[in-house]
Amino acid sequence: MPTAERSAVDVTSTSRGCAPAAGAAPHAGIAVERVTRRFGTAGGAELVALADLTLHVAPGEIVSVVGPSGCGKTTLLELICGLQRPDAGRLVSEPAALMPQRDLLLPWLSALDNAGLALRARGVSRAAARATAGPLFERLGLAGFERTRPAQLSGGMRQRVSLARSLLAGKPVLALDEPFAALDAITRAELQAWLGHTLAGERRTVVLVTHDVEEAVLLSDRVAVMSPRPGRVVTELEVALPRPRSRTDPALVQLRAQALAALGGRA
Amino acid sequence: MLPPALALALLLGIWELYVDLGGVNPAILPAPHAIARALYTDRQTLWSNFLTTAREIVLGIAVGVATALVCAVAIHFSSVARRALYPLLVASQAVPVPILAPVLIIWLGFGILPKLLVIALVAFFPLVVTTLAALDAVDPDLLKLMRTFDAARGRTFRHVELPGALPGLFTGAKLAAVFAVIGAVFAEQTGASSGLGYLLSITTSNYEFAETWAAVAILSAFAMALFALLAVVERRALPWAYGGAR
Repeated sequence: MPTAERSAVDVTSTSRGCAPAAGAAPHAGIAVERVTRRFGTAGGAELVALADLTLHVAPGEIVSVVGPSGCGKTTLLELICGLQRPDAGRLVSEPAALMPQRDLLLPWLSALDNAGLALRARGVSRAAARATAGPLFERLGLAGFERTRPAQLSGGMRQRVSLARSLLAGKPVLALDEPFAALDAITRAELQAWLGHTLAGERRTVVLVTHDVEEAVLLSDRVAVMSPRPGRVVTELEVALPRPRSRTDPALVQLRAQALAALGGRA
Repeated sequence: MLPPALALALLLGIWELYVDLGGVNPAILPAPHAIARALYTDRQTLWSNFLTTAREIVLGIAVGVATALVCAVAIHFSSVARRALYPLLVASQAVPVPILAPVLIIWLGFGILPKLLVIALVAFFPLVVTTLAALDAVDPDLLKLMRTFDAARGRTFRHVELPGALPGLFTGAKLAAVFAVIGAVFAEQTGASSGLGYLLSITTSNYEFAETWAAVAILSAFAMALFALLAVVERRALPWAYGGAR
């Protein structure tokens, strides 16, 4: 990567390593300013995943990003998490932990130890990791499943354990990558309500990537609609509705229609 | 246990009938009953030679497992090591062991060391290949996740990659156990004064084929026992790799 481009990236995004997380960043929350991300393809051609994308997320705000498949939503999350670097533009984010689409639980660990992996990754002892993860299990409706292995858990329970793990990473920002896409409709509705409730009790900045417009308006303070590749934010919709929200609330239904229209207009 | 026992009984039955009724010279192909008799009458010789060979095989596999783990981890961590070592690993398997064994004995003497090296050499390759394949098969998304958790490379290895590679290591060990038995025979055919491989060369050169087959039967049984033992240990140690039981 040319130095000129790298210098355009604020240093805070590089200091996520082991540096003290909160308070160190000059800008709290997330600022993505005119970020471009390209990939080289096998044929030598260039694929522009994100072009001039701008998105700001205030501290404690929950922002959903919706868009068609392949519009670069996952690339955006990986940029925020520091797993990739922008080719142009400026990206500043407080340290972020990912919650992947597939739960990626380790089959040889119990549910509690899987959640504790985020702590073990930083060198916390097994006993201390369990002691920290235990109370969170209570809060997330996982009590009684501490010693169960992932193979014995339902898809919904596995996603709960996966969120517990990402919460335990202790980062101010949560990057959720289509967390409920693989679940059946009933479980998904149940987990959406559960996630809304859980996030209400957390002081976290959240970026939720989803292709489910209803999920976006149900859970977030703002919905950013992305265009097909190369991805950019085409519309942002404020969701100024009180929580807990109902799917059948006419105001919510109308916002959902607006978001769908914005998606359709660009598809 | 029943199907393999029946299959073995059927095989021995056909063999017995073929030698008894097929007009085969029993001095060249002894019937199973003659082999069984040799197993009984030569039991002391066979047992003491078996102990020598078993010790070589177990130690040889241990050396093979240790070096294979080190190599697999080095190759997994370093692309330079991968480019430098992988071709050598493949080439090492093309070395004809029956030729190499006498060379090692001339070089290293008549002790256990050259035998361990030969056994380790044949056990090594399946271990490296299966362990490395398992290490490389770790989900890249899981590695990304660990990076967002600020995991140092060593901790990702310890908590994610190494446990995930254990089924591969066991697959390699089961293959290695069988190859090691063949390696031990080659190693003992020159420059040994005891062991089942030594017994094989003595008895074949004396046309004592019943005794030869008796030694072969013991080697096969030992290979099966090692394989079964590893399979049991694997099921106990890695229940998660077998679905169901916790």
